[in-house]
Amino acid sequence: MNHGKNNGEEIRIGFYVCHCGHNIASMVDCAEVAKYVEQLPHVVLSRDYKYMCSDPGQELIAQDIKEHNLNRIVVASCSPLLHEHTFRTAVERGGINPFYFHMVNIREHNSWVHTDRAAATLKAKALARAAIKRVAHHRALETKRVPIHPDVLVVGGGIAGIHAAMTLANAGKKVYLVEREPTIGGHMAKFDKTFPTLDCAACILTPKMSQVGAHPNIKLMTYSEVTKVDGYVGNYTVTIKHKPRYVIEDLCIGCQDCIPACVYKEPKFPDEFNENLGKRKPIYIPFPQATPQVVIIDPDTCLNLKTGKCKKTCVEACGDKKAIDFKQQETFEDIKVGTIIVATGFKTFDATKMPQYGYGIHKNVYTALEVERLVNASGPTGGEIILRDGTHPKSIGIIHCVGSRDERHNRWCSRVCCMYSLKLAHLLKEHTGAEVYNFYIDMRTAGKNYDEFYGKLLDEGVHFIRGRVGEVTDWAFTPEEEGHLVIRVEDTLAGYVRRIPVDMVVLATGLEPQEDAQEVRRLFNMSCGGEGFFLERHPKLAPVNTFTDGIFLAGCCQGPKDIPDSVAQAGAAAAEALVLVDKGYVEQEPNTAFVIENECSGCKSCVPLCPYTAIAFDGSKQKAYINEALCKGCGTCVGACPSGSIVQNLFEDAEVFSEIEGVLAE
Amino acid sequence: MNASENKVPAGWSPRIVAFFCNWCTYTAADLAGVSRLKYAPNVRVIRLMCSGRVDPQFILEAFARGADGVLVGGCHPNDCHYVEGNYKMLRRARLLRRMLAGMGIEEARFRLEWISAAEGEKVKVVVNEMVEQIRALGPLGLPGRWAEWDREVAGLAERVAAVEAAGVGEKESEVAHG
Ligand SMILES: Cc1cc2nc3c(=O)[nH]c(=O)nc-3n(C[C@H](O)[C@H](O)[C@H](O)COP(=O)(O)OP(=O)(O)OC[C@H]3O[C@@H](n4cnc5c(N)ncnc54)[C@H](O)[C@@H]3O)c2cc1C
Ligand code: SF4
Ligand code: SF4
Repeated sequence: MNHGKNNGEEIRIGFYVCHCGHNIASMVDCAEVAKYVEQLPHVVLSRDYKYMCSDPGQELIAQDIKEHNLNRIVVASCSPLLHEHTFRTAVERGGINPFYFHMVNIREHNSWVHTDRAAATLKAKALARAAIKRVAHHRALETKRVPIHPDVLVVGGGIAGIHAAMTLANAGKKVYLVEREPTIGGHMAKFDKTFPTLDCAACILTPKMSQVGAHPNIKLMTYSEVTKVDGYVGNYTVTIKHKPRYVIEDLCIGCQDCIPACVYKEPKFPDEFNENLGKRKPIYIPFPQATPQVVIIDPDTCLNLKTGKCKKTCVEACGDKKAIDFKQQETFEDIKVGTIIVATGFKTFDATKMPQYGYGIHKNVYTALEVERLVNASGPTGGEIILRDGTHPKSIGIIHCVGSRDERHNRWCSRVCCMYSLKLAHLLKEHTGAEVYNFYIDMRTAGKNYDEFYGKLLDEGVHFIRGRVGEVTDWAFTPEEEGHLVIRVEDTLAGYVRRIPVDMVVLATGLEPQEDAQEVRRLFNMSCGGEGFFLERHPKLAPVNTFTDGIFLAGCCQGPKDIPDSVAQAGAAAAEALVLVDKGYVEQEPNTAFVIENECSGCKSCVPLCPYTAIAFDGSKQKAYINEALCKGCGTCVGACPSGSIVQNLFEDAEVFSEIEGVLAE
Repeated sequence: MNASENKVPAGWSPRIVAFFCNWCTYTAADLAGVSRLKYAPNVRVIRLMCSGRVDPQFILEAFARGADGVLVGGCHPNDCHYVEGNYKMLRRARLLRRMLAGMGIEEARFRLEWISAAEGEKVKVVVNEMVEQIRALGPLGLPGRWAEWDREVAGLAERVAAVEAAGVGEKESEVAHG
């Protein structure tokens, strides 16, 4: 590799400072910066321009390179994380190597965070000076192309994961869909109807689920979890743990003969799918349309798995299909994929954290998810609204924003609760004819046909009371309140405190990150926002990308959203993965490190430092050697080499030292 | 060496060089910008791919070139984009701190912080805090001090030369009684 500096050529720098409209120009005197830079060594040309990233801005660079024979370019504008690529491409169009470029961040790191124009201008000059000094040391580099493994992994089988998997599979890609529950479907599978169209959730979801199960390009892995992710974009090795369901998936035909045969004649154990409102047996299928159509045995309740003493009537009933296997163990499988879509969804706020609303204290207080099961024709009561105390409600209160928009719990708006509260108000009224009261702080129904849906509910005679509910109590003040739950609320429109007796309370619990979001985040090397939802690479321009190349986000794991948005985002994530797969390769930053052999003292300090075992020691030469294909370019070895004989492309010592000198020379 | 002995030049304001890793802290600083948080303009960020790339020499060089403080920002433990570059930085930082102390560079002038991509607010808090602490310490002024040391050494050399010229015996006695 050529490590001689610049081959003695004359360094001719072009400098551009961007106004970014008023974004930069209002806090930084751009003309003054340009004038200052003009007199720095090697600077041939220095301009300020309104929008550097615009087409004419880019063209300006390309033209100037040709006309003024420039061989180094510095642009002071926004963050390189946003536009480094744009400008490198412009530089390349001008006919020189794209790595003869350096970008200075005077927007995110300067004009947007400072309030003193003189100080901000001074800082812009210092940063520009550092870049001018640095870029003189730049060398021509080549990006490396890494082939992409065409298979894709989708983690999480809710509507987002299902849609992403189907999109990719229909495009002819092989997809692994990993779901930790015994069936795919996620939250949506529990709903009766979906807002705002009130179409039946099962009718739109279950056909999609069975398509996933049957798709030749999808390998569905339910009751499984990702335990390890190795490698990098294009080339991931993922370890998947298959939990024992004590039923051999390939042999079970879903006839369910075993379930009635179980020694437990009656369902006895809380049914998780029905939010524990119904009962199931130790051997069960989560719900009739579960995918795959395979039963599962719960080791915590199965007599045989707990005690070893059972007649095993289920095995008998299964007969020569021989699908039941009590000896099944956890197994691990490695798969290779090029890209990954994370769609692990959300959990709902734990309503017991707000005891003033009485969940878990008063029998007839429910969470919205429980009500979704109660109104569901295939739910625990067959769709009849029978309360925990056996009665039918004549009045119902739905409390919005439970755990949401609340400094003590979750500060964010969960985005779907207003709409699902309206939906449940409609369904409950339809099922029971009861008076329904909605208690809201603000009604947030921004979505296609959403506000119209709100209007429809107003017409249906549902009551809306604006005010955050103070408490739900069974302490009666008047004879009318006797035997009811009383919702105490300040009606902020009427301007007084009201007590409204109801038979049933529904808590619209907000959406939260999954319990294990932090572990999942680490597994896939992603970031989380302050609330714990996975962080997109850019909130506007890269909403499905993560900071790790080749890993994408879809659905509520990125933040609360409804089904249409989850599906749209899943489609976008699938498209992003497809772009990579179909291109066939990814270009990698050439920021890898290499050892200058004759300067290496052979001390071996670097060898154990590399997290990717990219450094080897050549015993015959007594020198270290870096395998470029394994090096990911962190630069840890560079910082540690006592003889200074390791160089990192794009972050060479000379480059960094000149930046240090540049920011400090005043 | 006590900074308060240094004269604080009029209009002086701390100069801080920050080395931020690309994945967490640099992104957090971007987020601070996007969120329009306001912090002191005294910090100049140099982007590296990983805090593990921070060579102790960078820090020494920054001080030597006139920085009053150096801030290194990396991902939180267990979150390093390159597995454990941040731990490696942490180890180097511990050694370096002792060295800095030996050179009379106060503890508050060198700071290592874990700042994740979501913690724009923390960038603001850390920078502002550091600026205030260093403002209280006053300028480090290494380049100036070195010029002074150079003068002292040169002066000393002159004296030695003068003594040597005067004769060996005298020199010894001078050393013995000096
Ligand atoms: C009560 C209620 C009612 C709602 N009603 C509506 C409505 O009517 N209309 C509407 O548009 N929206 C509605 N929503 C919002 C809707 O639920 C979401 O938009 C949608 O479910 C998001 O889908 P998802 O795939 O992102 O997440 P989820 O549905 O949560 O699916 C995530 C899946 O990933 C799996 N998973 C999680 N972690 C892992 C892991 N580590 N490994 C493997 N698998 C994992 C989970 O088991 C789950 O199957 C409602 C929400 C609630 C709470
Ligand atoms: S969506 Fe509506 S009910 Fe839900 S948190 Fe936001 S404002 Fe409250
Ligand atoms: S640390 Fe530097 S000198 Fe030591 S073996 Fe590695 S490359 Fe060679």
